Amino acid sequence: MTATGSSDRVILSETPFLTSEGEQEMRPRSELGPDELLREVGSVLRMSEAEVAALAQRVVEPSEDQTMIINMGPQHPSTHGVLRLMLELQGETVLRCKPIVGYLHTGMEKTGEQLTYLQGPTNVTRMDYASPLSNELVFSMATEKLLGIDGDIPERAVWIRMLMVEINRMASHLLFLATNGMDIGAVSMMIYGWREREIVLRFLQKVTGLRMNHNYIRPGGVAADMPPGWRDDVLELIDIITPRLVEYDTLMTDQPIWRERLQGVGVLTAQEALALGATGPILRSTGVAWDLRRDMPYLRYDEIEFDVLVGSYGDCFDRYAIRLNEVRESMRIVRQILDRMPKGDYRIQDKKVTPPPRGRINESMEALIHHFKIFTEGFKVPEGEAYVGIEGPRGEIGCYIVSDGSARPYRMHIRPPSFVNLQTLPHMMRGGLIADGVAVISSVDPILGEVDR
Amino acid sequence: MTVADPVASPPDAPTDDAEAAAAESAPSPVLVHGCATSDSGGQLVVHPTREQYLDLLRHLLDDGYVQCLDVFGVDYLLHPGRTLPDGIAPERFEVVLLLINHSARTRLRVRVQVPVADPTLPSLFTLWPGTEAPERETYDMFGVEFTGHPDLTRILMPEDWVGHPLRKDFDVGAIPVQFSEGHTAPPKRPA
Amino acid sequence: MGLRDLPDEGLSGLDHNIITGRLEDLVQWARSRSVWPATFGLACCAIEMMGAGGAHYDIARFGMEVFRASPRQADIMIVAGRVSQKMAPVLRQIYDQMAEPKWVISMGVCASTGGMFNNYAIVQGVDQIVPVDVYAPGCPPTPETLIHAITTLRKLIDTGDILRRREDTGAGADVHVEAIPQTQPITLSVGR
Repeated sequence: MTATGSSDRVILSETPFLTSEGEQEMRPRSELGPDELLREVGSVLRMSEAEVAALAQRVVEPSEDQTMIINMGPQHPSTHGVLRLMLELQGETVLRCKPIVGYLHTGMEKTGEQLTYLQGPTNVTRMDYASPLSNELVFSMATEKLLGIDGDIPERAVWIRMLMVEINRMASHLLFLATNGMDIGAVSMMIYGWREREIVLRFLQKVTGLRMNHNYIRPGGVAADMPPGWRDDVLELIDIITPRLVEYDTLMTDQPIWRERLQGVGVLTAQEALALGATGPILRSTGVAWDLRRDMPYLRYDEIEFDVLVGSYGDCFDRYAIRLNEVRESMRIVRQILDRMPKGDYRIQDKKVTPPPRGRINESMEALIHHFKIFTEGFKVPEGEAYVGIEGPRGEIGCYIVSDGSARPYRMHIRPPSFVNLQTLPHMMRGGLIADGVAVISSVDPILGEVDR
Repeated sequence: MTVADPVASPPDAPTDDAEAAAAESAPSPVLVHGCATSDSGGQLVVHPTREQYLDLLRHLLDDGYVQCLDVFGVDYLLHPGRTLPDGIAPERFEVVLLLINHSARTRLRVRVQVPVADPTLPSLFTLWPGTEAPERETYDMFGVEFTGHPDLTRILMPEDWVGHPLRKDFDVGAIPVQFSEGHTAPPKRPA
Repeated sequence: MGLRDLPDEGLSGLDHNIITGRLEDLVQWARSRSVWPATFGLACCAIEMMGAGGAHYDIARFGMEVFRASPRQADIMIVAGRVSQKMAPVLRQIYDQMAEPKWVISMGVCASTGGMFNNYAIVQGVDQIVPVDVYAPGCPPTPETLIHAITTLRKLIDTGDILRRREDTGAGADVHVEAIPQTQPITLSVGR
């Protein structure tokens, strides 16, 4: 610490205050125009412009001036990544909230234009890093749509994809339960959630080779077949997790303290959620029964029986309960997949898209050439554009690819559920306490990797 | 079985399955609220002009497209020869919207051309407040300004960043990496 | 028997309940076994870092399970994840706020070199911003790799290598440590 001469102030570092984001930050209420008020207060409730202008005209009372604008983040102990919130507080009550994102912007969409379609999943998988297989799936499906092979993916590959994505959904929701528990104060939940997640990650490591960011689901199918003994592993997984979920119900759902902290907190109405573009558990917690797996089925979800969980109050408790029970539904889906997994190829046998098996490279010149071309130049995708949306653990995750006929996407855009869901955060936090604000952020379950890309 | 989404006929005229399947991205004779359309792998894509844009979207909101899922841009500087319906002049930027109708279970895509000389478009904030953050991102990444947006500032890049990163004339910014064989950057695209 | 013999011979070699050692050894022994990390999980590596804190891998055996939110109370900053241009000044500010002695583990390839993201948005290695003591490669590194990095750091702290290097190079947040020479008497007054 370098102390300035005689004054009492101590300068912590020599560098100037570089962390201001200027225009992106929240302005004090006295500087607000009707536009910003419309955005913060009026828009979702469809207030008319005249009403909002009247709101802006009112004199700021002296007691109203006793508000504080406080900054939360981007580095803060809530484990949701680098989210920065500017809160205007009156005492403990949050009057307004503005999230500032971009602290994890990685230029993934620009990088996506430099990588071939086979390398694409490695890039896309790091966006929503809690459920990487969903990102890979949606990218692969969009690529296959452009290639025109989306109807020719072998059955086994499709069912393997479903199995892996559902198991990934379980891992993601267990992460949510762990971090949500810790944020609310049930710190042991962090250890329990991670304990369960470790079992799932070990299974994923056995199948894909990596615990996270797998690059397993590729255009044309999956990268490798299921290893021997996988059925027993999956059954063991389900057998371990099922009674533990009952433990969580005892620890959290039925507990009065938990209910007091979550029920009635962060309420969102269905109209607000729809207007703000929220999807996934947030939308379902408000009572809108929309789940892409059931309503616009992809893969083979129309041949599987499962329930769509819907809440009634739109509060944090509903979102927690929906995610907890979605783990149960995923296990139900996984059991059905176990029974019905067909035999066959795990990837399409189209030589232009799928690399040959490694053994063949030694035997056939053609196989060697195909392998070389696919891995260095990449396979060319016909011109066009395609969008595919699936139900990820956080909502609708979509991939839009524009192809100009070359081996690299011309434009690759992922529609991130958390980015759009974050817009509901200010509406949920308004009028609540700061402590409730932590519960609300946790219940939105943002993953900043896909918010910022 | 394909994974294509089911397509609902627009209220004006029913589309023929064979016709829709045969025309990958060729213009379809169907007009949606007076705007040209095309078909992309079974999904309906509407191409309004900038003048038709806001009215079209008001009509679509009334038609039941309750959610606008995303707003993003594409820079067609290096791919000017793309297929568009008759009567739509290609411009450098395209802004794409994704809409969804819950009751009819259909998706709709809207692609509007935005010239680089005057990169403005009306904001959809009053129709769908959930377009606020995606429009900011489109502004940040491409420089397309949305008039009427309550808070059009950069969202992903720092406040004082110069340039719009997803434009094709913005270099990817890679630092040179030395390997023994060569480097992994793809060959430069012809302009 | 001194502190240096303790790891080798254990407590059985003691003939009375007193261990002697140099102050420096004792301080390094304490420092290396109670390193509190500052929460700096950015991206995917943060998930593996939390996994390392979980029950299976358990960095509590190294005294590290308390992730201090306040950088003033933290000893080590594990930069877990990719550092974007917008986050870089925040990273430096947090590092500056940490009190000496402090260490940095760069976890993952994105933090070490920029990883697979060689583009405009990611700082190509946090060692451009803060001095790094241990690099842990992986994308993301498994908790075992992180623990290996932690034990490597512990060895470095144990031998005092790191602090000696700091004196030579003056790395860190412009911290100037002045040694008060022995000739100056220091008066202590108790009470009034």
